[in-house]
Amino acid sequence: MIINSQNLTHKKLNEKIRSAVKSGINRIELKNVNGQRYIASGLKADVNIKIYGTAGNDLGSFMSGPEINVFGNAQDCVANTMDAGKIVVHGSVGDILGYGMRGGKVFIKDDAGYRAGIHIKSYKEMVPVIVIGGSVHDFFAEYMAGGIIILLGLDRNKKIAGNFIGTGMHGGTIYIRGKVETYQLGKEVSTVKFEETDNELIKKYLAEFCSSFNLDYRKIATQKFTKLKALHHRPYGTIYAY
Amino acid sequence: MGCSIAGIIDEKGNRFSGEKIICAIKKMYLRANGLGGGFAGYGIYPENSDDFCFHIIYNDEKSRENTESYLKHDFEIVKEEPIPTRTVKAIVNRPLLFRYFLRVKDEIKKQFYEMTEEDIVMRSVMKINGAQAGAFVISSGKNMGIFKGVGYAADIGKFYKLEEYSGYCWIAHDRFPTNTPGWWGGAHPFGLLNFSIVHNGEISSYGINKRYLEEFGYRLTLHTDSEAILYLFDLLLRKHKLPMSLAHKVLCPPLWSEIEKMPEDERKFYETLRIIYGSALINGPSAIIVSDGKMMFGFTDRLKLRPLVAARNGSKFYLASEECAIQEICPLKKGDVFFPKVGEPAIGKLRNTEQTRNKGTRNGHGKFRFSSV
Repeated sequence: MIINSQNLTHKKLNEKIRSAVKSGINRIELKNVNGQRYIASGLKADVNIKIYGTAGNDLGSFMSGPEINVFGNAQDCVANTMDAGKIVVHGSVGDILGYGMRGGKVFIKDDAGYRAGIHIKSYKEMVPVIVIGGSVHDFFAEYMAGGIIILLGLDRNKKIAGNFIGTGMHGGTIYIRGKVETYQLGKEVSTVKFEETDNELIKKYLAEFCSSFNLDYRKIATQKFTKLKALHHRPYGTIYAY
Repeated sequence: MGCSIAGIIDEKGNRFSGEKIICAIKKMYLRANGLGGGFAGYGIYPENSDDFCFHIIYNDEKSRENTESYLKHDFEIVKEEPIPTRTVKAIVNRPLLFRYFLRVKDEIKKQFYEMTEEDIVMRSVMKINGAQAGAFVISSGKNMGIFKGVGYAADIGKFYKLEEYSGYCWIAHDRFPTNTPGWWGGAHPFGLLNFSIVHNGEISSYGINKRYLEEFGYRLTLHTDSEAILYLFDLLLRKHKLPMSLAHKVLCPPLWSEIEKMPEDERKFYETLRIIYGSALINGPSAIIVSDGKMMFGFTDRLKLRPLVAARNGSKFYLASEECAIQEICPLKKGDVFFPKVGEPAIGKLRNTEQTRNKGTRNGHGKFRFSSV
């Protein structure tokens, strides 16, 4: 099913998506999208959505199940508190990517803005995964509580990450292809030893990432990764508790 | 998710209708709540380009009479007229809206021989706005004007018939007031002389900035923090003659942790800058667009707590809170869009206008080359 999104408000567009899903349609193409917010927000369904244009703020927030491909950029707060499903952006995204995300996967082909992966979290089998092909700005993985973030920095003309990486981090794992300087790290993280299980994990997600964007896995997999973990489970525990 | 900002400059100076900027700001209407919207346009009064143009809002006829007699004392009034408007149902409680094309009288120039014409104009603006007599000068530059009020920006643009104006640079704001009242004078942009500014955010350093500015003759009367940023730019760029790149470093200096890592001479420079201009630092979440008619630039606070997207296409340079606002008026290719980094303003400049006051230069990394000051 094709929905022409031109001149549709975010409300009308989401109503159309929901009524299509309700009638059993499982493949939807949204044409001429430009900045509509909350696309597929809170949607609990097994549906494949292709978006052509610029997806607005809070794309796929609270969503549980859908697979979304964006052929263009997405704005701020993609995958806000997302539960399950997959978001693939064939372009760049704005700030606070994956805010409080608690499940599912997000693949970004190019760059993400500030605070990518802020406060993503995990619980038991719910382990969210974010893979970013390009670079990120400051406060990458700020307050990260769980899950996995893989940063590839495929455009070597750009610095892979800014400063304050993992500030306030207290759970989960960050993998950065290549190296970052110690001064770029927040006070609450440190580089840790790379294990064989890490290799398997990266291999698995990299292969999936590469097939999403038709990238050559062999070229990307050659370089070593830096692994970052939180130093403490409760970095600010002593500030508030006596 | 309050407030949206947008700006367009044609670097070749080609003029275009105000319709484009209305279209861009309208796209982000979800960020506003109808309690303030406005626009600044540059190049819109070519017939009177050498005169100062005052846009004034009046509460009543009495304040108009008083203000006009004051204006007549200091200025030769070349032309005066109501600002043209059309009926827009959503725009209510309208003040009286007038514009004046003014020249400073020779006798006044003689009387204030130690002041520049701009200083005299600023003195007049502060006097009118500070009198609290129901008259507010909302713009006072040359060949530019600010059009603002209470309502959504798209309605305000329609109300002022902005599609009938053409300018080479436009900035716009759609407001979601949080800390201060939504009133006609409090809508953005704020303007003084050729400077105009739109701001999404809040300035928690307002008290310090206000006291600092008052020492230089500024009177902050518009019940909003954003006004302070405007006067800081006027002070630093026009009065202290700092280059823009350095003025930006005063308002948003590098973090102390960054200064610590600098080579010694650069570190000393920034330490000194922070000491001299400590009271001019603006603290708080912000995305800001400023124009002086020669350039338009945007920047965010150092922690990037508000959004700002930039794009370049042909001779036009765009800034907006969201990418969709730019896409709406100019379909962009991949690579046209970029996200300005904190600490580095995104700049569009009129070409062939040499910034003679701009003694500093910028190196390839966008850092101010401090040794040339």
